Amino acid sequence: MSTLTTPGTGTAQLATFWLDGDLYGVEVEHVQEVLRAQKLTRVPLAPPAVAGLINLRGQVVTAIELRERLGRPARGDDAESVVIVVRMHGEAVSFLVDGIADVVHVEAADFEQPPDTLDGRARDLIRGAYKLDGRLLLALDVARAVAA
Amino acid sequence: MDGLDDIVEDFLVESHENLDQLDRDLVALEQEPNSRERLSSIFRTIHTIKGTSGFLAFGKLEKVAHVGENMLSRLRDGALQLTPRRTDALLTMVDTVRELLQSIETTGGEGAVDVELAVELISAALEEPADGAEETSAEVPAEEPAVEAVEAVAAVAAVEVPEAPQAAAEEPAPAPVAAAAPAPVAVPAPAPVPVPAAAPAAPAPVAAKAAAPVATKAAGAAEEGEAPRRAVADSTIRVDVDLLDALMQLVGELVLTRNQIVQYVSRQADTDLVRAGQRLNLIASELQEGVMKTRMQPIDHIWSKLPRVVRDLGMQCSKTVRLAMEGNETELDKTLLEAVKDPLTHLVRNSVDHGIETPDARRAAGKPGEGVLSLRARHESGQVVVEVIDDGAGIDPVKIGESALRKGLVTSDQLARMATADILQLIFAPGFSTAAAVTNVSGRGVGMDVVKTNIEAIGGTIEIESEPGRGTCTRLRIPLTLAIVPALTIECAGDRYAIPQVSLQELVSLDAEKAATAVEEIGGAQVYRLRGELLPLVQLADVFGTSSERHDGHVVIAVLRSEGRRFGLVVDRVINTEEIVVKAVGAQLKSIGLYSGATVLGDGTVALILDVQALARRALRAETMERADQRSAAAAAASTTAASADRSRMLLAAIGGGRRVAIPLDTVTRLEQIKTATVERVGSREVVQYRGAILPIVRLDQHLGASSSYGYGEETVKDTLEVIVYADRDRSVAIVVEEILDIIDDSEAKHSDIDDMGLLGSAVFGDKVTELLDVRAAILAADPGFYAFDTTAPAASDDLMAV
Repeated sequence: MSTLTTPGTGTAQLATFWLDGDLYGVEVEHVQEVLRAQKLTRVPLAPPAVAGLINLRGQVVTAIELRERLGRPARGDDAESVVIVVRMHGEAVSFLVDGIADVVHVEAADFEQPPDTLDGRARDLIRGAYKLDGRLLLALDVARAVAA
Repeated sequence: MDGLDDIVEDFLVESHENLDQLDRDLVALEQEPNSRERLSSIFRTIHTIKGTSGFLAFGKLEKVAHVGENMLSRLRDGALQLTPRRTDALLTMVDTVRELLQSIETTGGEGAVDVELAVELISAALEEPADGAEETSAEVPAEEPAVEAVEAVAAVAAVEVPEAPQAAAEEPAPAPVAAAAPAPVAVPAPAPVPVPAAAPAAPAPVAAKAAAPVATKAAGAAEEGEAPRRAVADSTIRVDVDLLDALMQLVGELVLTRNQIVQYVSRQADTDLVRAGQRLNLIASELQEGVMKTRMQPIDHIWSKLPRVVRDLGMQCSKTVRLAMEGNETELDKTLLEAVKDPLTHLVRNSVDHGIETPDARRAAGKPGEGVLSLRARHESGQVVVEVIDDGAGIDPVKIGESALRKGLVTSDQLARMATADILQLIFAPGFSTAAAVTNVSGRGVGMDVVKTNIEAIGGTIEIESEPGRGTCTRLRIPLTLAIVPALTIECAGDRYAIPQVSLQELVSLDAEKAATAVEEIGGAQVYRLRGELLPLVQLADVFGTSSERHDGHVVIAVLRSEGRRFGLVVDRVINTEEIVVKAVGAQLKSIGLYSGATVLGDGTVALILDVQALARRALRAETMERADQRSAAAAAASTTAASADRSRMLLAAIGGGRRVAIPLDTVTRLEQIKTATVERVGSREVVQYRGAILPIVRLDQHLGASSSYGYGEETVKDTLEVIVYADRDRSVAIVVEEILDIIDDSEAKHSDIDDMGLLGSAVFGDKVTELLDVRAAILAADPGFYAFDTTAPAASDDLMAV
């Protein structure tokens, strides 16, 4: 994990995305690329958060449905997902999210622990929130989110 | 003594790697002193070193390793606890072993390394926590490595003259001559100037000048004395296997991309584009083949060391053993070759040590005094099959059972319910050994455990068959390469999956009417009567917790083999057989334990590769397996060795006019469907383009004169042809039949001598008369030159059926 993003040590860059009406962010260092919706190969008996496998230029990458992972309702059938490919410990994994947003500079000073009202499953995966102008940016713990 | 040097060198390289691992293991062991797995790993390493050093007559090394092994085996069995003192003793042993290896490497002998200290230390630690451990500090005699200067010069010279092949042909080794006497003799010197057509007409002065720098460089290299010890004075270079792996990976990607482009291009009207696409197609195929070839080596590389091993071991055990080898030239991937080396050596040693009896005992049993150990290797449906067969005493299942019981590997209750074949499998359990006394050769119960682990690690399988009094056959099935695997693609609940061919035995397709009666239930478990034997069925959809999308009552069964058991996997449909590039799956999926990987299919879809072993363990309930086992055990007892069983499996095909022919399965390379439209003519012969080669076609109905009113007229209507591809070395022919019917065992068939031109005879399979095809004659009809290169004509009779 990059020290840049550790709370209380200056600024960090987060790639942000939408999920069920909320804005989330992951450290840009982890993000390899962002893709349009991909054809998924179902994996029987996999944990529910594993949406399937995608073919990333010949490489087979696991896709994790972040809505399921965070305990949010499933995406509508007609809503296309966006794939964010992240690289953890040399292995590529991808998240399915609702839509991609900007890369945001965040200040450590704006960081706060997750609110106590956050429900159990999401709480483990969210490091905390950055208070941006007019909205909150939830910082996703990539390493935990990947361990589906 | 080239052979011995090779062995020593291999031993050194391998041992150094092992020792590094050993250091890590020992230190890690202190953190978790009860890890049996680590202890086993350490034990195997030392066991290997000990075994090899025994053969190479490094007495001191063997002595150190032996005491170390003693302690380790007791640690592993839990008889001793690991204390820091014992760890110290073991580390001292590792250091001593390292010093010895160093000495062997530099001087060729064990030198003056003191081993007594390490031996004492371990012996002391073995007894009880005793006096303080001392540091060993043995002197390593440092001697200059012997350099064969002449060889080095030759090597350098050869490297210096890569151009001018004509000159090189006239004068094989010009440089050493020049180096010895650098006089301007009229040596047709290799001109370093890379002018293609200059060499033959090169004027003398130029030649002399050209020779000079070469000579200087060669001399320089000789002076340095540090030239590579085993410089090979020929045109080969050493390439890192990792690099080849990376190339292989890239070629895999290229092939997939090629498939997509070819699909796209075939829909275009632009002829230039189409032509370029075809060229790409061809080049990619050739590249794939070429890269595969760079990694292939004949199995002889590892076999060549075995005669000595067998001889020495035979002497040691006072047994006379003749080693027979078949299929030395069988090639397989370098990595795999390395991986099977140790297991194979273990098997050979086991056979000599435990399998083959002493000459007296053999004669008493009515066998010749000389035992025969056969090694056989061959390609079989995309795998390499290696068999180690001895004609020794065989394995007594009763003894195995008793021994396993004593060691607590099974309970007596379990043993009573086990089938014979299952009991034999017990010898692969860790900690199992049948030797009454621990000998220096083998018998610590490490061998078979290691063999199985190593073979499975490379995606292979191991089976053992034995008949008391007659001998034992151990069969390894190894994939040709790790990266690209032949697989069957199937569909289940709308998704496609790949099943490695290595586990696949046959396919059975039942139409709704037949399936209704043929699939029966025993206590809720589905079974199918496959040629009289009950085959437990597993519905893949049930395993996945989904429901099948096949509602027409058809049943498609893939008969799979796993750890000596057979079961039928019911799938929705079979799609294709293809070569797939294996990709690793993420940690999230590994933990499911049902998939061994994933692959990208030709259309870009990802398909999961089923792990047949895991599937069998998960899906088959114990009782079902036991029932099946008893059957197969009975069948195994009835037939002799599996070699003959394999040979007598037949492919059944209809050729029109209601006639059926049987073709020995081992002559069949692939079953394909080709489009009738792709059949072209060369002179009077029909051919088809297949995988970049021209394949001659023989139509069996014409060849055997089957009634043309049926078969012949029909083909012109049919738009695909069922084809059996037969290949020998790099030539292939396609045999056209009307329909592939089944694969059957020949053993129950009734034979008769009624035959005709092109036939070997006839037999009754499943109450229908079937003709046995003379494959050789059929092939000669299609390609008279097929066997022209085959100087050993009698050997071709193997291609025929053993009736």
